[in-house]
Order: sequence, then C-alpha cells, then structure tokens
Amino acid sequence: MYRIKEKKFLAQKTYLIKLFAPDIAKKAKPGNFIMLRIDEKGERIPLTIANHDSETITIIFLVVGRTTEDLSKLNEGDDILDVAGPLGNPIKIKNYGTVVFVAGGLGIAAIYPQLKALKKNNKIISIIGSRKKELLFLLDEIKESSDRVIVCTDDGSYGKKGFVTDALKETIDEEETDMVITIGPTIMMKAVAELTKDKVKTVASINSIMVDGIGMCGSCRVHVDNEIKFACVDGPEFDAHKVDWDELLKRNSKYREEEHECICLK
Amino acid sequence: MHMFKMKTEEQKPKEQDTKERIHNFKEVCLGYTKEQAVKEAERCLQCAVPMCERECPADISIKKFIKHIADEKFDLALKIILEKNSLPGICGRVCPAEEQCRKSCISKPAININFLERFVADNSEKIVKNIKKIGKRIAVVGSGPAGLACSSDLALLGYEVVIYEALHKLGGVLTYGIPEFRLPKKIVMDEANYIKKLGVSINLNSVIGKLFSVDELLKEYDAVFIAAGAGLPYFLGIDGENLNNVYSANEFLTRNNLMKAYKFPEYITPIKRAKKTVVIGGGNVAIDSARVARRLGSDVTIIYRRSRSEMPARDEEIKHAEEEGVKFMFLVNPIKIIGKDDVDGIECIRMKLGEPDDSGRRRPLPVEGSEFMIECGQVIVAIGQGPNPMIGKTINLNIGKKGNIIVNNNYQTSISNVFAGGDITSGSATVIKAISDGKKAAKIIDEKLKRG
Repeated sequence: MYRIKEKKFLAQKTYLIKLFAPDIAKKAKPGNFIMLRIDEKGERIPLTIANHDSETITIIFLVVGRTTEDLSKLNEGDDILDVAGPLGNPIKIKNYGTVVFVAGGLGIAAIYPQLKALKKNNKIISIIGSRKKELLFLLDEIKESSDRVIVCTDDGSYGKKGFVTDALKETIDEEETDMVITIGPTIMMKAVAELTKDKVKTVASINSIMVDGIGMCGSCRVHVDNEIKFACVDGPEFDAHKVDWDELLKRNSKYREEEHECICLK
Repeated sequence: MHMFKMKTEEQKPKEQDTKERIHNFKEVCLGYTKEQAVKEAERCLQCAVPMCERECPADISIKKFIKHIADEKFDLALKIILEKNSLPGICGRVCPAEEQCRKSCISKPAININFLERFVADNSEKIVKNIKKIGKRIAVVGSGPAGLACSSDLALLGYEVVIYEALHKLGGVLTYGIPEFRLPKKIVMDEANYIKKLGVSINLNSVIGKLFSVDELLKEYDAVFIAAGAGLPYFLGIDGENLNNVYSANEFLTRNNLMKAYKFPEYITPIKRAKKTVVIGGGNVAIDSARVARRLGSDVTIIYRRSRSEMPARDEEIKHAEEEGVKFMFLVNPIKIIGKDDVDGIECIRMKLGEPDDSGRRRPLPVEGSEFMIECGQVIVAIGQGPNPMIGKTINLNIGKKGNIIVNNNYQTSISNVFAGGDITSGSATVIKAISDGKKAAKIIDEKLKRG
C-alpha cells in the first residue's frame, strides 16, 4: 500500500499526488517513471516522477481515461495498492550548453525534474504549450528553474497565441541551441522533431502504452532507427529524429474504443 | 493380487466439456476423484528399483507417495511429496510427466503420476513443520518457479528468505504466463502461501536493478539467488510487426492472466478481440495464446514453420487446443504482416524440411513461389522468450550472448555469493527445469554458506 500524503488540483483535469514511497524516492532520478495500479481490478499505468523528496514521490496526471479518472477521485490518506519503480533510464545530467525544453500538456510535469537537474550547468529555455490558459500548471516552478520561459496557447488566452513549434523555430533561429528536449503529446513531439531535423540534436521522451513497464510485454515497442525498441527499458528517451512517429501515433490510439467503453460503463 | 492390478484400467480425469469450456477460463482438467486416485495408485507395480524417480527433476519419492494413495493415506502421501517439492499442485498440472517420470514407468499405459500428485496436492492440507532458524539471510530475485523452489528449500533448512518480485503478484510465469484454465491462480497462491508459512517473506513491486541493486542486497544478505526468468519477448523482425493488434504472446497472456483483461470492463485492462487470430509458433506458449484467443471468441489458427512432430508443445496441450477448435497449419512461415493501422492479414510461405540443424530437428526451408495470404485481425507472436535483460544491465555479471546470466555447474555467477538459476540462465525452458534449478541451487548455497 502506498499512502497519498498530499493531493492538489493543478489545472483543468490535472492533479498532483504525493505518494509515500521512501524506497522509490531514494532512487528516483529525473526521467524515471513508475507503474501504478490503484486497486485489485485496476490496470497498470506509467506516470513520470515529477518530483521527490526523501520519503515521497510526486506524480502529476491528466484525467484522460478510466484509471486517471479513478485516481483523481482519491484523496489525502487514501492508499494506492501497487507502485513499482523507479523505472526507465534517467536523463544524462551534463553540460550541453543551451538546452531548449519543449513541453505540451502533461509533458510540463515531465520536464520539470529534468530542467531542475540541468539548470546548474546549462542555460535553460522552456517553451510551454497548451490549448488554453486553464490547462497550464507548474509555471512558477518552471520559471524558477529556467533562464527564459515562453508560454504558448492555441487560443491566445495566455502568453503567445500559437503552437510551441512556432516559438521553437524563433528560438533556435535566434539563439545557438545545443540540445532540444521535448515531452508531450506524440503529435507535438513529431512536429518538434521535424522542425529540428538536421539542425539541433533533439531527444523526445515517448509515452507508449505499457502493461508491465519492465520489458516483458513489448506493448510500448516502437521503431527507433529501424530497430524495435521498448520505451520502458530502452527509453523512455530516444533520439527524436530516429523515432518512427507515425507508427507511435497509431500504436498510442490502439485502445481508444475500449477506453471510451470503460468510462461509459462506469 | 498382481494379476488383479494389471487388469485395472488406466484412470482418466474428467475434463470440462469442450463446448462449454471455450466460453470460460475455468480449469479444463478436473483432476481425479478419490476413487480414481486410489484405482490409479493401485495400478502401480511398486517396482523394486523405481525408474520413475530417476527421471523426476524434483527428486520426489514417487513409489512411496503412490503407495500411500493406494492405502488411502493421502496426508502421508502429501507429506512425502512436500519433503522434496513444495509446489505439487503446480507440478501436477504443468510438468511434462510423459517425458520424465512416466516415460520410464514400466506399467502400460504408464501410471499418471502427475494426476496423482495433483490429487494429493488439491485434497490434503499442507502441514507446516517447525523449522529451527540458523540466523542466515538469503535474498531471492523473482517469485517464479525457480525462486519459489529455491526459497522453500532454503527456508526448510532454516534460512531467512526474502523474495523480491518485480510485478504486483507473485508467481512469475505461473501467474502472468500460464492461463487460468491450465493452472488456476488460486493453486499458485495457495502453494506460495505454504512457502510463506515456511518463513519466506515476499516483497512485491520490487524491481531489482532499479529499486535496489544486487550490491545493496549483498550488504544485507549472506547470498543472493537470481531467478528473474525469461520475460523478454522475441519478435520476428518482419514488416508490419508493430501494427496494432500484433501482440507478443507475453503481452497477450499478461493482459489476460495477470491483468484479467478477459473480464474487461470489470477489470480495467483492455484486450482486443478479433474475429480471426493467427498465432505464430509451436511451443506451449503458442498453444496457451491460441486457447486464450479462442475463449475470447476468435477463430484461431496456429502457424508453425516445421511439422507437427517437431512441435515443442506437450501433446496434451495440442490435443486440448484441437478439441477446442484451434486450427493448425504446419510448414508455414510468416513473411510479412499486412495492414494499414490494424492487422488485415499475414503473408506466409510454405516450407519443406531439409537436413537436420543444430537442434537435431530437420531445418525448415522455404518453398519458392508458394507465398499465400491468411486474412486475420490479430497476430500473436509466440516464437520464444529471452532472459529478462534488466538485472544483467545493472550489475557487472558475466552475461551470455542471449542476455542470459552465465553460471557454472554450481549455479555460481561471476560474483561470489551471487547465484542464478531457471530461465534467466538457460533461456526459456520448462517450469520443472526451473524448479529443479532452484532446488539444486538451494543445496549448493547451503553447502557454501556452511563451509563459510
């Protein structure tokens, strides 16, 4: 059992949960994720570790399906049955120079531990995107750990009107960029990869469908550089210019009907 | 008396009706009744030199336990089995007895030793004896058959054993791999509970290599036994393999067995149900996948690149699959999986058998120009599994070409006091081979720690 120590509403459909998991917290590194199962009939879902202290890990999630909806209804003091981690390969923390983070949607939560870790030795520019103002969160924290933050909304309700790729194009045109790290919706990461191709080294943290999260099922597989890779154990970070994005887009929409059925039947 | 015994007919356990069972996940083989068990036990000739025992990887005193069944002393029979094997309900169901104990049985037909073992396991209570603790601690990585067998033997010798299991349920392949209708999860949990009562504790959700390193375990324990299994699914490397509705057998089985996706949406993990499924492979995992797909309402065809006689799957499993309407196409190899987003079909080529290869089986060769299509909405790739790569990546152990942990004849890895056994060392084998490894390793670990 893993107790919820804190729960916060962050933005529309977006919540933060701090879980008591001292063993995982001790080993957690930026880029790691956990597999979580709420109860006996639950599914296992991967969630990025957005933060940790000596005893707790923080996860941030967007209500997109049955499990995240159930999770959003839990409160401080409630228990989660299973949490396994820290999984996946952590990012390499080193001096790159100027690093541009491009995050959209829930990716905002995933870049936070990374930019915090890279802040010390790098110039950090964060480009944050969402559909509208109400979906933004963690902005203060990201501003604190970035040298510059550009926020874009599709409808212009906050920051610049437009897509993250527009802001990214301006940024890499203006400034010598050594590395782009992108986390967010697959379609956004694909667009980022297309934009930076042959210009800036880019890594993307891919969000595949997983069952076990420890390399045993291959549900999260995707072609990277024409080789089958498992996001859970080979990733989740890959060279964005080598990921077969169209394949990943298809694979990630695999259970859309079932997700709908599961929510409707509730 | 002797003549009478010879006349008793072989007892066959009742099985769930074929028409009914393809609509449920309940166990197919219902096991012996008491009368059947006694009759079958009475057929045993009680050989002076029981050849069956020589073939038992768990070293069970078969002759003795069968005698107790014939005398209707079932508790005693179980006691005899438990002296050597803490997992009789599991072994009685999944051991390839026909290749082991039954193979050298003198009775014709051979005594159904496996069904007798199962009967005793299911119908008698396992008594836990008092064990004197010796004050030494062992960490076991993985709670599959090798890990459970090693743990129980070490616990019986007085060691304090802690198992670290990566998944949220114990049992390893017994839980995520073998379907409910062949090995009910209640049996796995019951036998694991018996092992817990022997003093073994089990930490779930504990991914060694991530949560704790083997080095950290070595600081807390006198020895570590790694039994992380062969959970890495192999793929064919053909076009279309990443299309939606192409599953590794591991994924397909894990979704259904571990996550209970066949009960979706009561259980939240989804599974695709296709009208037509093609399973690629000829082992027990292929058969298990096919029989699960059948129960999900699919028309199922297994394609195998060799002929029936080369199939590694147990005859009993093949027979059950056939009864359930699973079709087989032999000497057929997949070339390409066709589809836009989802699978529409699979392009195959016919094969013929050539000269024997390294495995001693005749090598399948493609018949030029014999390509053809099978339409289907789902493909399950069941061509084998490799050792779990995660743990090997995180410690400085000697690792073989296939990712297997290299051990010597004594299950010793390249690090002192770190032992390994089961599929993590050999690649994908059988449950009983893993149990046998776990038992032998326990003995060696005990000898080594006692020597100091």
